[in-house]
Amino acid sequence: MRRARWWCVLANPGRALRGKVAIAGVADTAVGVLPGRTPMELCVEAALGAIEDAGLTRADVDGLLTCNAMAQPLMYHAEAMAEYLQIFPRYCLSVGAGGGTTFSIIHHAASAIVTGMADVIVVAMGDSLRSSLTREQATQVQASTGHPQFEQPYGATVPAYYALIAQAHMAEYGTTAEQLAGIAVACRQHAALNPTAQMRDPITVDDVLSSRLIADPLHLLDCSLVSDGGSAIVLCSAERAADLAHDPVYFLGAGEGHSHEHISAARSLTTSAAREAGQRAFAMAGLGPDDMDFAQLYDCFTPTVLVELEDLGFCAKGEGGAFVESGALAPGGSLPVNTHGGLLSHCHPGNPGSMFALTEAVWQLRHAAGDRQVAAARHGLVHAQGGIMSSHTALVLSREAV
Amino acid sequence: MNAPNHEKILPPDGELARPYWDGAREGELRLQHCADCDQFQFYPRIICSHCGGDKLSWRAVSGRGRVASFTVVRRGISPAYPAPYVVALVDLEEGPRMMSNIRVEDVGNVSVGAALTVRFEPWGADHVLPVFELSES
Ligand SMILES: [Zn+2]
Repeated sequence: MRRARWWCVLANPGRALRGKVAIAGVADTAVGVLPGRTPMELCVEAALGAIEDAGLTRADVDGLLTCNAMAQPLMYHAEAMAEYLQIFPRYCLSVGAGGGTTFSIIHHAASAIVTGMADVIVVAMGDSLRSSLTREQATQVQASTGHPQFEQPYGATVPAYYALIAQAHMAEYGTTAEQLAGIAVACRQHAALNPTAQMRDPITVDDVLSSRLIADPLHLLDCSLVSDGGSAIVLCSAERAADLAHDPVYFLGAGEGHSHEHISAARSLTTSAAREAGQRAFAMAGLGPDDMDFAQLYDCFTPTVLVELEDLGFCAKGEGGAFVESGALAPGGSLPVNTHGGLLSHCHPGNPGSMFALTEAVWQLRHAAGDRQVAAARHGLVHAQGGIMSSHTALVLSREAV
Repeated sequence: MNAPNHEKILPPDGELARPYWDGAREGELRLQHCADCDQFQFYPRIICSHCGGDKLSWRAVSGRGRVASFTVVRRGISPAYPAPYVVALVDLEEGPRMMSNIRVEDVGNVSVGAALTVRFEPWGADHVLPVFELSES
């Protein structure tokens, strides 16, 4: 299928950031079920791994960005982590934008490096939703999604909020449950090639459709995993990264779009602010959807991927289902999506979820992704969203600085 | 949070939205109307979400709408919400969209675009919530 080639020109596309910053180190902890490991320990282990991967030491780090952990909420998360590591940063912040935190934080970090707020920034996240969340915390997470007065009383669960998007897309464009299931199948095909993924056994469209209904039209296998895990990266200037242990992965573009908080107040159920996020990221990068060799798209539930494929310009609006059916997302497809397995099959420890998509993108662009390597990958897009398709960030990464 | 496992989730009280909840108790769906642009809005705010004006007043509306989208929750959020139940986004005849439940015998009868009529349901000790049912055709 032909993908539309387009990008937009913006008044200030943020070109001051383009190519100036690079990812120099990455690390994931083990993921899945890790009883007895606290979120802070996972976060610290990942941070130390990323620092070592970059060929740096803790003393080189002068910026620390984190997000809070649901299973171990702290008033001053980033400060607590700096204390644990015994580092004394000049830039230290914990950011909260739900699942979108991961990449909005990278956008901020890149800006902080270019403006001189810090030289070497560690971005680290970890949580243990699978093993450490108490029943009360789990109920709280479910019940605190949505507007307290006008949504929560009606008893929507998190999958139910996303099911509203799926149902609207099906009604408007004729998208089918089989097409949604195809997204879960493709993620599992990638995960089967990834020794670190939590779920690696192949699944079929029938398996998805015969798994139990959670919130129509979403079945159990349309929903992401619940996991423990931590992940971290080291970000510094492109110049400095060139002298470090690995080939730098360059930050070419970033864009955000924020359209609503509550799904009942969304501008549209079927077109999200991923559209603006993508347009802005591509405009900064000077590249378009056709230039991407892979995409890591936020997949808390299958319909999010469907809408993102369309809004990020990989296919036309309404054609996401057919695009999935074409096999594009699978290993060897025209646009491999979630090459590590995604939140659906690799792991989903809550807000840190997309960090694993980012470290995977770095391994792909270093050409170090083993059996799941996308041949000759040059450029990749990563995208994350938080809320109910509320806040979106897209990043364009490349193994080339130009 | 007050014992979420055993009780329905109650809307927190607030002065701005009180006419909405008072209306529900009196069997009337009330929305804010803007005198500047002659449009209704939901949820209630201190400014008009269409034009930014502040000449807002409460008016009773028809209580008719259509299903913008819906889902059947198969695994309830707590024992106070026995599944299956329908959570829907309702496009009201007067313009605004709101979330609600659709009370229906057979959840298979709900579809996007279906016509709805409001009804009012006691909620906890002293709240009343607007919910919807399929309109008689
Ligand atoms: Zn107005």
